Amino acid sequence: ENGVIGTPQTVLTLPSSSPRHDDLKEMLDSNKDSLKLEAMKRIVAMIARGKNASDLFPAVVKNVACKNIEVKKLVYVYLVRYAEEQQDLALLSISTFQRGLKDPNQLIRASALRVLSSIRVTIIVPIMMLAIKEAASDMSPYVRKTAAHAIPKLYSLDPEQKDCLIEVIEKLLADKTTLVAGSVVMAFEEVCPERIDLIHKNYRKLCNLLIDVEEWGQVVIINMLTRYARTQFLNPNMNEGGGEKAFYEEKEKKKTEATAIVKRKPYVMDPDHRLLLRNTKPLLQSRNAAVVMAVAQLYFHLAPKAEVGVIAKALVRLMRSHSEVQYVVLQNVATMSIKRRGMFEPYLKSFYIRSTDPTQIKVLKLEVLTNLANETNISTILREFQTYIKSNDKDFVAATIQAIGRCATNIGEVRDTCLNGLVQLLSNRDELVVAESVVVIKKLLQMQPEQHSDIIKHMAKLTDNIQVPMARASILWLIGEYCEHVPKIAPDVLRKMAKTFTNEEDIVKLQIINLAAKLYLTNSKQTKLLTQYVLNLAKYDQNYDIRDRARFIRQLIVPTDKSGALSKYAKKLFLALKPAPVLESPFKDRDHFQLGSLSHLLNAKAGGYQVLPDWPEAAPDPSVRNVEVKESVRAVETVTARDRGEPSSGEEVKKSEKKSKPRIGSSESESEEDEDSESESSESEEEESEEESEEETKKKKKVGNERLENTHTTDIHTHSERPSVQVFDTICKPAWLYMQFLLNPPLPVSVPQTIVPSGNLKTYELLHRITGEGLSVEYCFSRQPFSPDPHMVAVKIQFTNSATSEAKSLHVEDAKLQSGMRIKEFPEIEVLPAGETVSVVMGIDFCDSTQAANFQLCTHTRKFFVSIQPPVGELMMPIFMTENEFKKEQGQLMGMNEITEKLTLEEKCQGEHAVVQRVTTAANLSRVPPVPPPPFPIHRFAGKTVTSGSLVLVSVVTKEDGAAQLTVNCEKMVIGTMLVKDILQALTQ
Amino acid sequence: MINSLFLINPSGEIFLEKHWKSVVSRSVCDYFLEAKEKALEPEDVPPVIHTPHHYLISIYRDKLFFLSVIQTEVPPLFVIEFLHRVAEMIQDYFGECSETVVKDHMVMVYELLEEMLDNGFPLATESNVLKEMIRPPTILRSVVNTLTGTSNVGDTLPTGQPSTIPWRRAGVRYTNNEAYFDVVEEIDAILDQSGTTVFAEIQGVVEACVKLSGMPDLTLSFMNPRLLDDVSFHPCVRYKLWESERVLSFIPPDGNFTLMTYHVNAQNLVAIPVYVKQSISFFECGSDGRLDVTVGPKQTMGKTVEGVMVTVHLPKTILSINLTATQGSYTYDNGTKLLVWDIGKLNPQKLPNLRGSLSLQAGAPKPEENPSLNIDLNIQQLAISGLKVNRLDMFGEKYKPFKGVKYITKAGKFQVRT
Repeated sequence: ENGVIGTPQTVLTLPSSSPRHDDLKEMLDSNKDSLKLEAMKRIVAMIARGKNASDLFPAVVKNVACKNIEVKKLVYVYLVRYAEEQQDLALLSISTFQRGLKDPNQLIRASALRVLSSIRVTIIVPIMMLAIKEAASDMSPYVRKTAAHAIPKLYSLDPEQKDCLIEVIEKLLADKTTLVAGSVVMAFEEVCPERIDLIHKNYRKLCNLLIDVEEWGQVVIINMLTRYARTQFLNPNMNEGGGEKAFYEEKEKKKTEATAIVKRKPYVMDPDHRLLLRNTKPLLQSRNAAVVMAVAQLYFHLAPKAEVGVIAKALVRLMRSHSEVQYVVLQNVATMSIKRRGMFEPYLKSFYIRSTDPTQIKVLKLEVLTNLANETNISTILREFQTYIKSNDKDFVAATIQAIGRCATNIGEVRDTCLNGLVQLLSNRDELVVAESVVVIKKLLQMQPEQHSDIIKHMAKLTDNIQVPMARASILWLIGEYCEHVPKIAPDVLRKMAKTFTNEEDIVKLQIINLAAKLYLTNSKQTKLLTQYVLNLAKYDQNYDIRDRARFIRQLIVPTDKSGALSKYAKKLFLALKPAPVLESPFKDRDHFQLGSLSHLLNAKAGGYQVLPDWPEAAPDPSVRNVEVKESVRAVETVTARDRGEPSSGEEVKKSEKKSKPRIGSSESESEEDEDSESESSESEEEESEEESEEETKKKKKVGNERLENTHTTDIHTHSERPSVQVFDTICKPAWLYMQFLLNPPLPVSVPQTIVPSGNLKTYELLHRITGEGLSVEYCFSRQPFSPDPHMVAVKIQFTNSATSEAKSLHVEDAKLQSGMRIKEFPEIEVLPAGETVSVVMGIDFCDSTQAANFQLCTHTRKFFVSIQPPVGELMMPIFMTENEFKKEQGQLMGMNEITEKLTLEEKCQGEHAVVQRVTTAANLSRVPPVPPPPFPIHRFAGKTVTSGSLVLVSVVTKEDGAAQLTVNCEKMVIGTMLVKDILQALTQ
Repeated sequence: MINSLFLINPSGEIFLEKHWKSVVSRSVCDYFLEAKEKALEPEDVPPVIHTPHHYLISIYRDKLFFLSVIQTEVPPLFVIEFLHRVAEMIQDYFGECSETVVKDHMVMVYELLEEMLDNGFPLATESNVLKEMIRPPTILRSVVNTLTGTSNVGDTLPTGQPSTIPWRRAGVRYTNNEAYFDVVEEIDAILDQSGTTVFAEIQGVVEACVKLSGMPDLTLSFMNPRLLDDVSFHPCVRYKLWESERVLSFIPPDGNFTLMTYHVNAQNLVAIPVYVKQSISFFECGSDGRLDVTVGPKQTMGKTVEGVMVTVHLPKTILSINLTATQGSYTYDNGTKLLVWDIGKLNPQKLPNLRGSLSLQAGAPKPEENPSLNIDLNIQQLAISGLKVNRLDMFGEKYKPFKGVKYITKAGKFQVRT
């Protein structure tokens, strides 16, 4: 079907007829692509079948630069497979890939890097390192993803590169695209899982990106974050310590909780901990079993007990999947069901066994059913077990009998029922069933032997028929142990056993010796001779264990003149009361392995397994996760395809924002927040609730900011995301503002403080040097009025030509603007000589919105798509006001137009000067001069929006301990909301 | 992560191998083959095998073993899920997943595997993405390819970056725009001897076949979404909208895909569409037994029950059987002791019956357990839970698509204990 090579004839003739593949070599050397292609296909088919094709290497490698994409692809496939074996020849191909790394097509760059990094030849390590470093700053996220994939490859080739690679990982971890996130965390896990510190700054971003990362990346990230959370947060169940059972019994729970609260400081969950739990929860609905399992284990290891229950339903769902999935899930459910029985109880019936289940699944289901058994459901479970015992699958029947035994030991009420059932099984036709029953009965009888001498008698009779050694041994032990209960039968059993001693299995022989010894001690009159006979037989046994045991016992029980002090205690030694065995689940305590891991499944540490750390005693500093939010040029409301309700044209986004709030990222998180805060505050005392709600609001802000920060971006913007924000020292504060102060001179004391930030204007990148082919462009908001049109924001643009040739005719073209937005272009720059820098000013009317202005920046040869997005603080200009005017205006902007937030000022920011400085940096406002005398607890700032001239009034009320309250009054609510966010950010970080 | 993959047929022949890291000798499969020898059924082979230097994780699907070799810690489900994706990918590309198909398309399968993993970590597993890189064969194209010597790798590289919507390829164009949804429900049940339900539940799945141009944004809503107790989604579905409004909002992948699976709230009693009257008995003395099975319709919501089939694994000690069926026909394989009675449509007036004698091997004891009956059936145009699609809306594109919904109910793991 598939073209030429698929035909069986050609395939069959391949390996035998031309062992040296001369025909293939000839085809590869020909000029025709079709011949080359056919040859390559045959070669790859050989590789796929596992046939050796390494002798063709020289012939194949020649074609690495072939123009035909398909031939090239197959050559790559070949190279990756054989380069390791033919290192010298492989080097011939390297230059091709190096060229490919510079190709304008991102897919070619990516594939070149992929193949280059897959060639496992040590000598090219430096080349690979260089390539990875470059690709990590590529503007295409796809290439950066490939770079992340290449990191573990290089690491496995040369572990000495670790330090360099960690640098690249650090850089890629900061990447904000979902495409890269999963791959770089994978690289992190393989290269430096111990460097948990690299995660801090990226933690919130990873949490927020998670839902949009591809499935495989989600698994890796969730598993890593589980470990991270275990090192950084406090145990949410700390206050319920020891009260394992209390969880299931409501009353007790409340009691323990109440006492715990009295004793200890109530536990408050770190907002970041909550963030992780909240953002992973929806993934329980993933179609991918691995993702669901990853979330389930995260909840099991990290969530407060009351919340773990949500995973049960999802895990039960996985049980309906393929049998391999079932197998793994059941293993994990078995472990979980020991600690958290309550959560699976409602799904008891989902673990019922079908005769068509594979044995390994049956046994695991049985394990879970046993773990779930309690007083209320035991009768149902035992009825099920009865059906299972009739099965034809004998291994399964044996497992069922053991399960019954365990239920009987765990639940006292049903012990007799179980025991009777098991005794009935003793007359089963199948010997294995009988044997297993004997073993289990033995364990059960140990718990209350007095009441069951008839069962022991019954079992004694079985020795005539039953041949399974373990069962025989069990019976003998039982008779020996409880020989007082069956004084007549015991010696007779010993007699029979003495007769068959030589033919018994070793474990049976040992028990015969045991029985003999015990009888000798209790009933020496009848059994003395028998015992000596047995001991003599044992003395000459082939097995040295048995000889050893015989010698030991003889010394102990038969009094001689030489016998030591011990023999006095023989009776005590042999007939000591033995504790009844505890029948435990083999899955007990398996949860010290991270659930869902290979190590957990094998119950043994697999190579590369990262231990799940214990919770810390005290929480490490949470502020390490704070991220300085950089004002960025990117679209603010680009919501991802997945989170968004509607397709994204600007208008529609706005519409949907109004129409259906829950659709939009930030508002969603708020609504959920409310629920959370409810549940949390109900857990803790009243007084804390205030503190907590503060916490919550802070979190909200963070979340909000994160959202903005982390949304997708298109290629062209990616460079500007990097921390390239610089400070222009040269630009001074607008002179006209001084003028205003001169006209209305405020009190001398406050003059220096009313001044707008001393020239701390941030610059943003518009075009990166590499993207711009030597032309780099930066811009800043100069905060000066744009004279040609007062309704425009002035943007100062600085061109630097770092190329070797001059750039000509720089101008703006083809502006794509939201409706209402306008641009006043800067005059065309005719020539920009190499190495020169020039600044121009352009005006943009953003219509009082933070939508980006997109346009093309053109040179005489190229066009670059760029976009400028204003931080909300730049959409306004300062106006002067007195305190009274301010108060009056503020009084008219109440209700919906007023937004108030509480905050805690960051330490460095508690002085008056600092507050003023930070607010005026964040937004282009002027300070309302305060009325003396100092101190001034209220700082007021005024401005108006550039386009519509709506008033923007900001006041910050500071209190003694760094607490503060921020109020923004603005007619434009969207501006107000965003401004609050930005100022909060400025004041708290 | 995943080092190597071996495809092995039921007789133990390794017919394809792919390595994503250094080559692992195929002798590592010996551990697996050993376990396979021990297992009675292929399903009994443990999915995870520990060898001195490697871990082997395998799945059994479509009569093939997909065996992966692992060297370090990795979540087992991660590997298992991936292996199933490989099988699905082969199925998707070539219409079926079988040894013959893989052997016929060796090179293409190998190339696909190359794209799916990079250094053992999944790179592209979405069918839409893969198809952009390697075009699936069509009859016409394979003819053309044979004549011209070209093949299926895209001659033009995809230009855009793998889009922000990773599951949908860009630039989809159809002359007929259509979207079909199949709501398929399966009844899993265990009935005991007397016909009482021990356990029953309904699993549903919404399979979609969407052939729409451009970037359609679809919203599918149900009349009674409250029926759904637990759901899982294709990655395209927006979780939050489901949570808040109980609608499925998504930009679909192009072609066939599983939109969602669901579980119907267990508190709602499950309607069992058929009843089975059976008696299987073996006489204590003599080596004989009798079998008598009747199947009849029960709660069918007025629809006809079709494709009824009864499968019985008879005890190993059976020597021969002699049965007569009043409707349909039965087959019996004396090697596997598998009895299959294919009934077809159920006619309420004349209930199908299968009866006759079973003879045991001479001297064999009476079997302890009677074999359980596994029932297969389907009912067209009915979702047994009562779930109904309300409407499908499309945003983002101007054309009017053709829409269709089909319901079908089947028996899942439907077992009658005897």
